[in-house]
Amino acid sequence: MTTTVAEAEEGTASPYALSHLDSLESEAVHIFREVAGEFENPVILFSGGKDSIVMLHLALKAFAPAAIPFTLLHVDTGHNFPEVLEYRDRVVAAHGLRLHVASVQDYIDRGVLKERPDGTRNPLQTLPLTEKIQSEKFDAVFGGGRRDEEKARAKERVFSLRDEFSQWDPRRQRPELWNLYNGRHAPGEHVRVFPLSNWTELDVWQYIAREGIELPEIYFAHEREVFRRGGMWLTAGEWGGAKDGETVEKRLVRYRTVGDMSCTGAVDSDAVTLDDVITEIAASRLTERGATRADDKMSEAAMEDRKREGYF
Amino acid sequence: MSTITAEELSATTLLRFATAGSVDDGKSTLVGRLLHDSKSILSDQLEAVERVSASRGQEAPDLALLTDGLRAEREQGITIDVAYRYFATPRRRFILADTPGHVQYTRNMVTGASTAELTVILVDARNGVVEQTRRHAAIAALLRVPHVVLAVNKMDLVEYRETVFAAIAEEFTAYAGELGVPEVTAIPISALAGDNVVDPSANMDWYGGPTFLEHLETVPVSHDLAHCHARLPVQYVIRPQTAEHPDYRGYAGQIAAGTFRVGEPVTVLPSGRTSTISGIDLLGEPVDVAWTTQSVTVLLADDIDISRGDLIVPTKDAPATTQDVEATVCHVADQPLTVGHRVLIKHGTRTVKAIVRDIPSRLTLDDLSLHPHPGQLVANDIGRVKIRTAQPLPVDSYADSRRTGSFILIDPADGTTLTAGMVGESFASPVPVKDESDDDGWDF
Repeated sequence: MTTTVAEAEEGTASPYALSHLDSLESEAVHIFREVAGEFENPVILFSGGKDSIVMLHLALKAFAPAAIPFTLLHVDTGHNFPEVLEYRDRVVAAHGLRLHVASVQDYIDRGVLKERPDGTRNPLQTLPLTEKIQSEKFDAVFGGGRRDEEKARAKERVFSLRDEFSQWDPRRQRPELWNLYNGRHAPGEHVRVFPLSNWTELDVWQYIAREGIELPEIYFAHEREVFRRGGMWLTAGEWGGAKDGETVEKRLVRYRTVGDMSCTGAVDSDAVTLDDVITEIAASRLTERGATRADDKMSEAAMEDRKREGYF
Repeated sequence: MSTITAEELSATTLLRFATAGSVDDGKSTLVGRLLHDSKSILSDQLEAVERVSASRGQEAPDLALLTDGLRAEREQGITIDVAYRYFATPRRRFILADTPGHVQYTRNMVTGASTAELTVILVDARNGVVEQTRRHAAIAALLRVPHVVLAVNKMDLVEYRETVFAAIAEEFTAYAGELGVPEVTAIPISALAGDNVVDPSANMDWYGGPTFLEHLETVPVSHDLAHCHARLPVQYVIRPQTAEHPDYRGYAGQIAAGTFRVGEPVTVLPSGRTSTISGIDLLGEPVDVAWTTQSVTVLLADDIDISRGDLIVPTKDAPATTQDVEATVCHVADQPLTVGHRVLIKHGTRTVKAIVRDIPSRLTLDDLSLHPHPGQLVANDIGRVKIRTAQPLPVDSYADSRRTGSFILIDPADGTTLTAGMVGESFASPVPVKDESDDDGWDF
């Protein structure tokens, strides 16, 4: 208690300058607490992917030593990586959380949604997601979306108002000033909240390394039987597999993103540790989505169009 | 690409900066050049830009396509809204609020500048300081952005002459000084040719200062906390009520300004109750001292009534509470703000009812003249307002604290964010301009 601030500030670097990770962490925690303070029924979208895992970790820290005052929601495409589902269930149980599941397969079985000819179920997630939000009356829905992922997401607010049809209208966004987030919404509307807005893929990995956060194994290099489609390495599964002319081969790969197996590609990699992954990402000349997501390659505005309809 | 090592990455700090946009000054080119030359554009993004540019018959890749993310923006070739961009060098991480230069520029620039530590104001070396430049300087001054960079662009079109640059830099610095802008760094550049953006220019050996990127990498981001009033807006009360923590009652929030220490006597506003800090948890870890902008949980020695919206401050340095707030505001909504308007005011973590009692003046940014009693403020207007709040608020002057001196007004009917407000004096040092309405004595 004898050291004054002025004394402590002498030296090469001010001890009061937060590192960029501390700064991003503090901002994300502030966002979680704002939602806890202002909303009735928030939910965290949790896919078992690295961004939602980091969100969960931040939420745990934000409310420690109390429990997270939110439930989780997973939109299950029916084509998820088994390792990821296993991870999801283990984490939910470990923290005594409540998990809602919105199932694309249910909608297909009931005939409400039709399987697409290309087999991808990513665009089919929007309806189960938005109906679950309405039926459970969620008023704040946390997503792990980052503005560095995609140029439509670069325009996204931290607090993003959705109408009663869950639609996003980029022209009618509220300006966000200072850290004064505006969560006002009418009944039936909800707010999508993105605590990782200002994080980049590299920040997420550095934070995972710093905090020692466990991830599903598929994020690290492993031998896997894959085949080439649309410039990406896909894994066969219940969703389908190699067609005529596509050959299955064993390769050393890892995943940069986790999503529907039918459209999430693996990348060639020998990164088996977090440090390896960070080195690989720092040197990569491809964006995360450019490297691994087929659905974003459909058109110049694929992400924007899906977001307008209510996609995360 | 120079590979960034993991050690370098973890040691970096974060700089949030904003560009002041105006049409044709080369802002998109500068942003594109910065991202391109700092190797922050990845190959699939560049390929997408090249593909679209080629399909439009453009010879060179149009780097503005990198920043225009929305369908309507690409179709119309305009930028609709503030976009946030991210890039890193071995020395620092950057968040760039990229604000468009079209009709809605004032509110967009205010939005971008509200979180920025540094603002970049571009001028065309051929035109020098123009009305738009003065407007940008005024907004940077109003928002009290700590660092201002004057980027004198298109130096290639004035034969890289030092006299041209020096005259513009001198005129701007004098003007900004009158507005109370604490620091101006002028840099001669050519965004198109790449002079002094990332790499030093071979065409301007008379310039001895840093390149644009070098300046961004080295400008200080931490402040002298010794002179800050410590402020902690309470966001949420953490009460586990578990066997392990039966009596834990923590007040969670992000420190808005200054430092807090265990053992320090504190006052809770607006109630005025006092206690002592018995513990500080920094996201689960106990610490002795915490400072801005850390998110913490504070424990107090006494069981007093505290809830979301309260402000914890050092007892020796508590602000007065008031129900009468006078502020400079920027109106950001399409519907006007009028005298008598019933609104909500969000200040820190507290949202209370309020009424707009008076709009004494509207500021014309071009010449900083005042329009007395305009009756209303419309989108992009900047003016003075007097607001009466339903409950007392512990407001600071915006000059002292950007966090606890700022607020937003919200339309209670539909939740629209109406107005951005800054409490207290407008500019750091009053500008000697003629005040047409002397009755209120406002000091624009």
